[in-house]
Amino acid sequence: MSKVVKSLKEVFRLCGMKDGMTLSFHHHLRNGDYVLNIVTDEAAEEGFRDLNIAMSSLFPVHDNLVRHIKNGTVTGIDTNYMTGPLGEFISNGGMEKPVIFRSHGGRPNAIETGDLKIDIAFIAAPSSDCMGNINGVRGPSKCGSLGYAFPDAENAIKTVVVTDNLVDYPNIPVSINEKDIDYVVVIDKIGDSSKIVSGTTQITRDPVGLKIADNAASVIAASGVMREGFSFQTGAGGASLAAAACLRNLMIKKGITGSFCLGGITKYFVDFVKEGLFKSILDVQCFDLDAVESIGSNPFHQEISASRYANPSSKSCVVDSLDAVILGATEIDRDFNVNVHTDSNGLIIGGSGGHCDAAAGSSLSIIVAPLQRGRLPIVVDRVKTVTTPGKTVDVIVTERGIAVNPLKPELETNLKNYGLDVVSIDDLMKKAVEITGSPRIREKEKGRVVAEVIYRDGSRIDEILSVSE
Amino acid sequence: MIRRSMLFIPGNSPSMLMNSTVFGSDSIIFDLEDAVSENQKDAARILVRNTLSTFDFSGYEVCVRINSTASPFWKKDLKEILKYRVDSIVLPKAESAEDIGMLSSELSGLEEEYSISKKINIIPILESALGIENSFQIASAGERIDALFLGAEDLTADISARRTKKGDEIFYSRSRVVIAAKAASVDAIDTPFTDTNDLESLERDTLFAKDLGFSGKAVISPRHIDTVNNTFLPSEEEIEYAREVLEAIAEGERQGKGAVSLNGEMIDAPVVNRARRIIQLAGGKGIK
Amino acid sequence: MVLQKRASAGTLESSDTMVTAEPSGKELELYVESIVMHQFGDDIRKSVMEVCSELGVSSGRITVKDRGALECTIKARVETALLRSGGENND
Repeated sequence: MSKVVKSLKEVFRLCGMKDGMTLSFHHHLRNGDYVLNIVTDEAAEEGFRDLNIAMSSLFPVHDNLVRHIKNGTVTGIDTNYMTGPLGEFISNGGMEKPVIFRSHGGRPNAIETGDLKIDIAFIAAPSSDCMGNINGVRGPSKCGSLGYAFPDAENAIKTVVVTDNLVDYPNIPVSINEKDIDYVVVIDKIGDSSKIVSGTTQITRDPVGLKIADNAASVIAASGVMREGFSFQTGAGGASLAAAACLRNLMIKKGITGSFCLGGITKYFVDFVKEGLFKSILDVQCFDLDAVESIGSNPFHQEISASRYANPSSKSCVVDSLDAVILGATEIDRDFNVNVHTDSNGLIIGGSGGHCDAAAGSSLSIIVAPLQRGRLPIVVDRVKTVTTPGKTVDVIVTERGIAVNPLKPELETNLKNYGLDVVSIDDLMKKAVEITGSPRIREKEKGRVVAEVIYRDGSRIDEILSVSE
Repeated sequence: MIRRSMLFIPGNSPSMLMNSTVFGSDSIIFDLEDAVSENQKDAARILVRNTLSTFDFSGYEVCVRINSTASPFWKKDLKEILKYRVDSIVLPKAESAEDIGMLSSELSGLEEEYSISKKINIIPILESALGIENSFQIASAGERIDALFLGAEDLTADISARRTKKGDEIFYSRSRVVIAAKAASVDAIDTPFTDTNDLESLERDTLFAKDLGFSGKAVISPRHIDTVNNTFLPSEEEIEYAREVLEAIAEGERQGKGAVSLNGEMIDAPVVNRARRIIQLAGGKGIK
Repeated sequence: MVLQKRASAGTLESSDTMVTAEPSGKELELYVESIVMHQFGDDIRKSVMEVCSELGVSSGRITVKDRGALECTIKARVETALLRSGGENND
């Protein structure tokens, strides 16, 4: 027996693909992913219409979708993050049905509860055998962890492996296995590994960014969570990585060994484990090729599924065991709500990813941001979009002061005792405006809803309106 | 005055200027000289002047490195920047007591014109063979002299020495500057370390300068400040005093008092800022 | 002060502003382009006009390309451009 099917067209037929269905995809190849474009192009060619695309994150490479929205092939998008011209297109009202934004933990929750019903899951696989045992660590298009694809494979009505590297049965190691796979289709190339490094994955050289990083590491040290067995997550932004580097120095100085690093994984975390600073890495997604290499060779660098990472309906998930997380922000408001969805003009430029999940789960959630960017204050009266609710955000770290959520008075005392420059969030906002001047607040226009923001528990926490220039 | 680290900020860079107070150096030197090309001198002095008028520099020593007295720019530099608070003028290529005298009389004129009550200090940079030879004469050329500053890059070029990381070629000049400064009871500031990425060598270089008797060191990268500050760490007494200041402030807050005094002296914002920085640098050893 | 020649000041780097001043023989015209046009467009115009009035410039064309500069930077760049255009002794 073999599940290998000759062509995508044949796969569509075998799966009983129809207009209006939901097709799902994962984003582990990030800005190097070819599979979404190939499948939607083929679907358009075959005349399918009204498809709902559930892709865990969308990158500039997926701008192809704009064309398919215009020609009616695609009429719905369900995602956790969106960057590039597609965001602008959506913000300008380019698609009739609102985009559904979820989080990395909310998506598996929605899939498992049936809020997000997947008809056909297309899983880009860097290696697969003829029965659909796949891994992300071997092959010309390797991307490391396949964590976000697990809930799709397990819950979709039909699951199709799309690979450019068919190997002998049984494929070893196995990440997603044959029990959930209906068909395997081989194409020329599923993506370009070198492009999984998108955005900054280098320590920042900006002196303000370094100052913020230094402050963030001090906050962790001062908070009391940095003790033997400490666990830590950070994003791949330059300032977050710089904070990780500062934290490393503090841990070494105090002779502390951590237990695990979590999140999008970069070379910096790989090196931490190599040098014995942390014992293990739990990896839901690799952000560079060093991480891909490591997950394929180091047994203490483990792939985890999206559900284990952050699904609030799981019996437990890893973010709940997290001691500290460092996250970014485009805006933070006086209630500590954080926006990473839209820019100062209300244009879609991102999404939660794991932002709200890690903030909710972690014992200490730290937001790092400069007090102003290009004359725009980062601390504002009201964020344009609530990505992460303020009650899950503990502390905001800027280059000109640190503000602690009033819900955490003990933390505030600890930071003050450490000699850190702790101020109220209102003072932080005042300081920002003293520097920039008062910006004219862009009124929420009477635009229509172009996106809905769904929190990790499935509740709707905000909406994004269309922007007209 | 604590003057462990003196951070150079290029005078024509808005992004650096607006962030000059976030890095925790003891002094900030706004640079109108080498960091600014000849055709941007006018732009830089106006930009620095506006920066001085806009931001709060309490807790910092505010210095401006003007252009040398041999240039056509230095008087215009002074006229513009002294409209706002400047503590010290850093004078490049100082070679004689006459250079100091010339600057000093220009300063006196402007202090009167602008009704500046606090006498402005002069920190001469010794960066030529002649400057080094005349170091004591320069250090004692009037009350305004508050520190001597060794500039090793121009100096080594002047004496045809090869500039190295180890710095054997400036050993004599360093010692000479320290002796001249101490003899005149002023600070001695060491030349900046120029490799922004090599923090290990920076630490070695700074410790060496401290051991020679320097009281502080100039830095050209914000990344160097912590190392330099830590090497020239404040004494136990300073740490103790800072702790008392912060405790008094905290107590004042608890009692809802606006103004707080310690041992009969008012604690104002610069004192609090400095105390906070000292405690932070001392590793945050517990304040109750 | 009367603008005599076309002159610029500033750069297009982030947090800076590029200002060009030139004589036009007509009333003061002001063209502003900014990455924070919506939030600060009016403030930028006001800053430029304040400097013009301080220096007694009442005619000419002023073009501002702003990259998110603070008010003190915008004013410095305008002042420099005006002095370069119409001042007597520039460096």
